[in-house]
Amino acid sequence: MVGSIAALGAGLAVIGAGIGIGQVGGKAMEGIARQPEAASKIQTAMIIAAALIEGAALFAIVVALMGNNPS
Amino acid sequence: MDFRHFFDSKKISFIAIFAVLTTFSVVQAADTPTVNSAAIDSHGAHGEGEFQPTDVIMEHISDAHDWHLWGHSSIPLPVILYTDKGFEFFLSSQFHHGEHDYRGKHYTYRLVDKKKIQVVNAAGQIDEEASKKIWDFSITKNVASMFLSVFLLLLIFTSVAKAYKKREGKAPKGLQSFLEPIILFVRDDIARPNIGHKYARFMPLLLTIFFFIWINNLMGLIPIFPGAANVTGNIAVTFVLAFIVLIVVNVNGNKYYWKHILLPDVPWWLYPIMIPVELVGVISRPFALMIRLFANITAGHIIILSLISLIFVFKSLAIAPVSLAFVLFMNVLELLVAALQAFIFTLLTALFIGMAVEEHH
Repeated sequence: MVGSIAALGAGLAVIGAGIGIGQVGGKAMEGIARQPEAASKIQTAMIIAAALIEGAALFAIVVALMGNNPS
Repeated sequence: MDFRHFFDSKKISFIAIFAVLTTFSVVQAADTPTVNSAAIDSHGAHGEGEFQPTDVIMEHISDAHDWHLWGHSSIPLPVILYTDKGFEFFLSSQFHHGEHDYRGKHYTYRLVDKKKIQVVNAAGQIDEEASKKIWDFSITKNVASMFLSVFLLLLIFTSVAKAYKKREGKAPKGLQSFLEPIILFVRDDIARPNIGHKYARFMPLLLTIFFFIWINNLMGLIPIFPGAANVTGNIAVTFVLAFIVLIVVNVNGNKYYWKHILLPDVPWWLYPIMIPVELVGVISRPFALMIRLFANITAGHIIILSLISLIFVFKSLAIAPVSLAFVLFMNVLELLVAALQAFIFTLLTALFIGMAVEEHH
């Protein structure tokens, strides 16, 4: 039972991160489409933002993993 | 700074590097399933009969006292223990994969769960009190793998440095022309935009972090002997890397950085909230670096191993091609992730250093 709840937690974390990274990626695409000459700058900023969002999601996944394998 | 004019030579597209990596990856990924499945098969065969994917996966991503080759053969690694009576050296093959106890100079030792070395008393029971007093400084699989990657890095970079000295003024050749665009990439796209004009001091650190993480990520993806250790997916390794970043950022922090933390531009009655938040920020940034690298690499390994485990969970040959195709896909993706995580770690390090050394604007 503990394992399945931990899996649910991991799934919820992934939903959050998916929405977040989707927003970042979509907006970056829009930005690049409007200003193709700024593509490299937008890409760097996009990767930083995506990494920060991913970090938050990975915290949750690590917690879920720990809940899955209580030592 | 003799090399300055070499750095200014023509920049090769970073995509070319990815293309080369992807070519390697196909060769490498193609033999992944066979080797790993053989290992799993052997575990399943002499196990309890029932295949336990979690145990197999956890065993593959964790550290070990021997370096598994195939089937029942593995390379023994030295065990170094510091006990209250002195040091103890022996090879891990003395444990016979945890089946035998080893009688050392000071105590008798037992390998518990293939990971922990514990002291056994005369009655054959684990002595908890004495076990707490021993410190394990063994050359484990991760340590050995790290030695190997450090050796490889030294080999690569001393030869390239020598080539720069010898071929001064000429176009780069061989390994030089592979590494030069990457070094230029770290300098021009990571260090300079984020740190500013003081970037030169931090280039050695950034390049070391980038190449150390990258080579360890790639070595972790090799399924057979020289690789297969999950170095950057070990939280102790990423902790040390993040700790170095924490030290570097705070030692190099100028007065504006500290003023921003200790005396932020807010009404004085907000200080009790703002200062703790800023101090937490100082710790949480390297902490996020640690968790990000650890979780990304570990998650990648878990996904690949789970896909292989599917074959054994379903006990069907029909599932094998599907699983193999997914494993191939994941392995190629992991090659991208290996470079991307090295890049992100270096980029965020440069960003944090840039925040700390920034002059007031």
